[in-house]
Amino acid sequence: MNRVHSLLSGREMSIVGALVAVVAVTAFVNPSFVSPQGLHDMFLNASIIALLAIGQTLLVITRNIDLSVGSVMGLTAYLSGQMFIADSGTPVIVVMLAGMALGAACGAFNGALVAIAKVPALVVTLGTLYVFRGIDYGWASATGVHQINADQMSPEFLSFGSGSVLGIPHLTLIALVALGIAGYALHNWRSGRELYAIGSNPQAARLAGIPAGRRVFTSFVISGALVGLAGVLHASYFGTINASVGTGKELAVVAAVVVGGVAIFGGSGTVLGAALGALLLTTITGALPILGVPAFWQRAVDGAALLLAISLDRAVMLRVAERLRKERSLRRV
Amino acid sequence: MIRSRTRRARAALAVTGAGLAFALVAACGGTTKDSAPQADAGGSGTEKVADPNAPIKEGLKIAFLPKEIDNPYENLVDQGGIAAVEELGGTGKEVGPSDASASSQVSYINTLVQQNQDAIVIAANDPNAVAPALKEAMAKGIAVVSYDSDAATDARQVFVNQANSEDIGRTQIKMIAEQIGGKGKIAILSATPNATNQNTWIEYMKDELKKPEYSGIELVKVAYGNDDDQQSFQETQALLKSIPDLKGIVSPTTVGISAAARYISSSPYKGKVALTGLGTPNQMRQFIKDGTVTEFALWDPEQLGYLAGYAAAALASGQITGKEGEVLKAGELGERTIGKNGEIILGPPTTFNADNIDDYDF
Repeated sequence: MNRVHSLLSGREMSIVGALVAVVAVTAFVNPSFVSPQGLHDMFLNASIIALLAIGQTLLVITRNIDLSVGSVMGLTAYLSGQMFIADSGTPVIVVMLAGMALGAACGAFNGALVAIAKVPALVVTLGTLYVFRGIDYGWASATGVHQINADQMSPEFLSFGSGSVLGIPHLTLIALVALGIAGYALHNWRSGRELYAIGSNPQAARLAGIPAGRRVFTSFVISGALVGLAGVLHASYFGTINASVGTGKELAVVAAVVVGGVAIFGGSGTVLGAALGALLLTTITGALPILGVPAFWQRAVDGAALLLAISLDRAVMLRVAERLRKERSLRRV
Repeated sequence: MIRSRTRRARAALAVTGAGLAFALVAACGGTTKDSAPQADAGGSGTEKVADPNAPIKEGLKIAFLPKEIDNPYENLVDQGGIAAVEELGGTGKEVGPSDASASSQVSYINTLVQQNQDAIVIAANDPNAVAPALKEAMAKGIAVVSYDSDAATDARQVFVNQANSEDIGRTQIKMIAEQIGGKGKIAILSATPNATNQNTWIEYMKDELKKPEYSGIELVKVAYGNDDDQQSFQETQALLKSIPDLKGIVSPTTVGISAAARYISSSPYKGKVALTGLGTPNQMRQFIKDGTVTEFALWDPEQLGYLAGYAAAALASGQITGKEGEVLKAGELGERTIGKNGEIILGPPTTFNADNIDDYDF
């Protein structure tokens, strides 16, 4: 247990190391990258993806996945815009709660199909990726509102998205709070530990009396609510919304989670790792143009980071397995 | 969306194999349509001849076929077109598919032909997919005008182009030069590195910068936001950080300019770095009002439709045939001369600033 624990924190340390390296190299080329404004931007850019990655981690730990996050996010971003069109004075908190509720409902739909109907999450959420996006387009086309612009949203909402407290952006604070709660729950709560058990060995978890179905369903709902919140924050951050917000985000999120050391086959990983993974990937994206890397190469660099992380995981896993086997044989002697 | 439309338009223009001759040959088949009298019968035999003084026919039926029926930009274009047709005493209508796929317009063209419309005005989703149906329409004597996004040159008589690439490129340099006081470093935030229309505009911008009056302006970087909010945001941040004495950013894409405006409006760079480019008034209204952006440009979609409506009526009445050098009288827009390949250009892009932005809603 101790060994596993030190291994996990080792993984987080290696992401922090990579992050420091990226920041140091970029700051060497251009010192303003680590100016207060630069750091502010760095955390702001990562916040929305980090929020999505925290939700995704809960699912990946249980050996599930949610590919519909981009579409759910698009739907709740569009919902927040529509709420402002209906009443331009809608309080920010109401929009957030509505977005989270819609996100949780989408999550519940996914979760019900996965946990109750026992359809693999990959297939279910691939389907809902298109269904939710279709609803989004249908909504936009039925109401004739194809784009919602900054001047249609309330100034409080926009200033919330770009505002900060003591230099820390609001969005980053929200992501940190979500990170703290999810991290604590996964580490200390019984239900949190049970998610790892479900992901490590579903049969054994069920035999041990863990209500696997209910836990997976709850994970989908919580993750959905976080995605819903991310959609609302996207709206307040970018100030322009159409029905295609969040398209393709699912891949960025899964990449952040995997780079963050959450095993794609479940059973291990932390939300801290996933959030750091999100921070690392967005920081790389932000650093490449400053380093003068041509735009053509930027996607490739993201992909390379992902492959590197997976190969590292594999290498570490093989070495640990080897060491465990040796220890076991020593003990037998 | 405007980006891809123009790219298609350019792609269509690139289909140069069939030129004016084809357009005329196709146009001259129009003697079998029985519902409309041939007022332009001056041209007997195989060649129609334009009669600039022919009166606009009474009660013209003109249909506008946008890329997709629920696209707000296209709706606005068609609104301008229908207004033009009504000004001329005809009836205009807008019909179209709900998706912008290549072949979705074909069945609508066939229906319009059966309805004996006098003219079809189309923003082609695909220059070639609609060509056979349009040729059939022309063979039945129906005037065909493409606008916004061209059809194959031999499948329409006239193409009404929003603005030419040269004007679009040069106007943006003029705007940024004015906003930064004619001196300093500027950067361009484009869409994707291989977008044809973007690169053409950027070429014209670079060319404009060679003029002596812009000798104080240096274009230091072209960045690409891939028409993605987050990426455009981060590219803007990178530009501002890596070029500390940057004076202005030109973003010739609607996604790029609004993302850049959003970032600048909430950063210390607001008021210090000028931003201009191509955007829609609704998207940019907030940033004009809060002072982040002083002026940007785009063509006026209603005027584009208006011009297309006049072109369609003039074609159907025989005032023009689509030949190079003919003059189109376009109501309050004045006169336009038809250029190569039957192309009519609306004119330089409209610029939007605090004084006029509230007059526009698109």
